[in-house]
Amino acid sequence: MADAVLLHHPHGEAYEPSWFRTYSKKIGMWLFILSDSLTFGALLFAYSYNRLSTPNWPTPFHVESIRNASIMTGFLLTSSLTMVMAVLASSRGDRAWTRNWLLATMAFGAGFVLLHAAEWNKLIDEGLRWPLFQQLFDLKPGTNPEYVAATRNFPQFGGTFFALTGMHMLHVTIGIMYLGAVALRKLGLPILAVLAVACWWAPGPFHYGFYVMLFGLAIAAIILFLKPMDYSDHDIEVTGLYWHFVDLVWMFIFPLVYLMSTKITS
Amino acid sequence: MTHPAGDVVTAGHLHQGKGQFYGVWGGLLILTVVEIALAYNQVFTPRNMLIVLLILSIIKSALIIGYFMHLKFEAGRMKWLLMCSVCFCLALMAVFFADAERIVSLGWKAH
Repeated sequence: MADAVLLHHPHGEAYEPSWFRTYSKKIGMWLFILSDSLTFGALLFAYSYNRLSTPNWPTPFHVESIRNASIMTGFLLTSSLTMVMAVLASSRGDRAWTRNWLLATMAFGAGFVLLHAAEWNKLIDEGLRWPLFQQLFDLKPGTNPEYVAATRNFPQFGGTFFALTGMHMLHVTIGIMYLGAVALRKLGLPILAVLAVACWWAPGPFHYGFYVMLFGLAIAAIILFLKPMDYSDHDIEVTGLYWHFVDLVWMFIFPLVYLMSTKITS
Repeated sequence: MTHPAGDVVTAGHLHQGKGQFYGVWGGLLILTVVEIALAYNQVFTPRNMLIVLLILSIIKSALIIGYFMHLKFEAGRMKWLLMCSVCFCLALMAVFFADAERIVSLGWKAH
């Protein structure tokens, strides 16, 4: 039995104001972003360390890859713009436009993931591998001698490239699910279930997207059924912080991984 | 503005208009085009290229954090504590770069 009883004021003034002069959800999200930036920082430093310590680092990205990655960058930057528009609309109390902007953000994010997945499939088909892929899947030999040589002579290239971009792609996928839960609430669950089934039939490593989707579906379902609420403008702003962070990380991956491993041949 | 839970809320985004967001987005796109143009033309040595790309990336991330993530409009103590702690932790990781360069200079020794 508790000795003391905490009295709750009906308007919430029982608590003293935050030292950071903002609401708790936002501080929580900033702390998460802080810890996650160290995860990505460690991966980027691992990539840079390998690059510095390996003479003749492979430069397998040519015009097509850079064009693809540039379009992906444009998608992410535009998704950040639509996200801030959603935050602005929610602060005005405009629910219809908040949902529209969130859906637009999800569409740009999905475009990014699809382009990235297509690029991964192409690279794996042509012979660029993460050593782990070789053990997990019965993959055909690659068709591009440059990628096959890069995999054989510099396994750390495939290892760091797939780990870094895969981790980022996972974050974008989780971000789309998060936006879906906020924008569509329970309506998003059947869509997520359909996507999970589609992933089950996806080729190669993308089959494992099924488990990501299934896990996301379970978490979203638990949250949406246990706490079926209308998300406030604070929730939209906190969702936006996560989404902009994902965009921010790409601003380092794109130049360090793609542009620094470019050899333009006409 | 006071939140029902008693927290004082600084609504940073309310200070910003749509025009400012479009401006930041345009700036980010222009910086990205500059990066791509530098990579296509390969005007710098890899080391200088890395420095230039990192500077451009830091400018882009400052724009995203400051305007899109509204940190520019948060309380000063929040801004400084967050940015100083993350920069300090990331800087600690750079200690290993000295070892990476040492490996290159060691080279292969025939026995």
